[in-house]
Amino acid sequence: MENNGSLPPKPERLKQKRIRNLVIAVILLVIYIWAFSGVIRAMDWSMLQKLDENIRQVLPKLFSPDLTEWRKVFDKILETIFIAYAGTLIAAILAVPFGFWAAKNMVKSPVWNTMGKWFLILDRTFPELILAIIFVISVGPGAFAGVLTIGLTAFGMLGKLYAEVIESIDMKVVEAMEANGANKIQILFYGIMPQVLPEFLSFALYRFEIDIRASTILGLVGAGGIGTLILITAQNRNWPQLGFIIISIVVVVIAIDYISGKLRKRLV
Amino acid sequence: MQSTQHHISIYPRGMKMRVTLTLVMVALFYFFSLHKTESDFIEFFSNLDVVFMKLLSMFPPNWDYIPHAIGPLIETIQIAIVATTFSVIICIPLSLLSANTIVKNQYVYYFFRNLLNLMRTIPDILLATLFVSLFGVGILPGILALTVFSLGILAKLLSETIETIDPRQLEAIQSTGGNLLQVIWYGVVPQVLPQFISYGLYVFELNVRASLVLGFVGAGGIGSIIDTQLNFLQYKNVMAILILLLAAVIFIETVSNFLRRRVV
Repeated sequence: MENNGSLPPKPERLKQKRIRNLVIAVILLVIYIWAFSGVIRAMDWSMLQKLDENIRQVLPKLFSPDLTEWRKVFDKILETIFIAYAGTLIAAILAVPFGFWAAKNMVKSPVWNTMGKWFLILDRTFPELILAIIFVISVGPGAFAGVLTIGLTAFGMLGKLYAEVIESIDMKVVEAMEANGANKIQILFYGIMPQVLPEFLSFALYRFEIDIRASTILGLVGAGGIGTLILITAQNRNWPQLGFIIISIVVVVIAIDYISGKLRKRLV
Repeated sequence: MQSTQHHISIYPRGMKMRVTLTLVMVALFYFFSLHKTESDFIEFFSNLDVVFMKLLSMFPPNWDYIPHAIGPLIETIQIAIVATTFSVIICIPLSLLSANTIVKNQYVYYFFRNLLNLMRTIPDILLATLFVSLFGVGILPGILALTVFSLGILAKLLSETIETIDPRQLEAIQSTGGNLLQVIWYGVVPQVLPQFISYGLYVFELNVRASLVLGFVGAGGIGSIIDTQLNFLQYKNVMAILILLLAAVIFIETVSNFLRRRVV
């Protein structure tokens, strides 16, 4: 140990940290150069010249929504809501047993429990559109493919959230009931369910909000909802109607978020 | 022991009524939704063999198609990286302006709060369509759409984190004469940096997933080739692309999860 009255020597770890940070910075730099150079090469710069014209032509039309086909838009938005609702409800029910399977304090065998967790992780890795494509091919185009898609994607997330809720319950209640000789079903309905049900419902409502947004893209691959209409309207350059669709979707999403938020606040 | 014959519920009667009514309504609306979306689960399960046969038409995947999909996949990832970078940069001032620990002016605070809320209500497909209509078909509208899409989420997460930081540290810096920038740099940044990096990675994952949508509306990336192969009914090619994409998503999320766990 040298000690000549100056500051104490810097600890070794700091040097290591500095090297580590440098390596991270270099890696990040390489990734960024790769990404930006690729994007710049793929960019079509000529569109910027047309931008001025486009903005002058398109924007005013978007802001003067055309309500003549309101029925069609209205129907499609309703279908979107129905898809989201049916899908979320299926997922919310299906996720309950899987939530118990993936909850640490409900399953004795850790291996079995981990399998449940992995199953839910596996489900969550599938992007919606991939599942939508698979379902459209296997059950045919239509809203039913959308319901199945939403059900399956929402199920993975809800199962995980449910499992976390179950893991956080007060186990003393369960133990007390066990000590009193309650059977498994009694424990489930009087010990566990009252503790977890409000949060289950709250998460299901939250997922419903997400699914409303998610259902809008299903139409891209023919799985129902407003997506197809958006696609067609944009392809026909029918900007006034697109403006109307945008406004209606935003209004519906805000309304549902608001109602669901109110309900969730009352639940928990 | 006889007294247990009279079953006394632990729930009050009024609550039971309310819950039952709600459940009935939920179930009725569910069947209505099933009817409206023409979802027939009985038919679905009785025709499971047909469904399975159709599913098998996607197998075996046409692996020879993979080389054609690599280019668009790389483009997708590059779009996601660039969009995430933009939104990470733009979200810093936005989230500071919508955090009540930094901004004391109520009007400014609520203005930016509501702006962020509005941004998050617009689904990604609408943003993509909107930008394609303004900029034409290409990669630029895709980048812009993802930037706006992730900006809303990122700024909200970050502003909520900034609102939960320890305000005493900020006051301490202020009381020793630090200006606003110094308060932010020495008081806020060290407290939120780990979460900030974690959110950035999370949003990158979201962007990789969302960038799939872009190609369908002409905003670049792997979606466009899926769209064409679907229209040509080349299901074996579609499956090959989907598997490639899924592998990429899993790889990116594994790396990102690993990094996030180390940061926070």
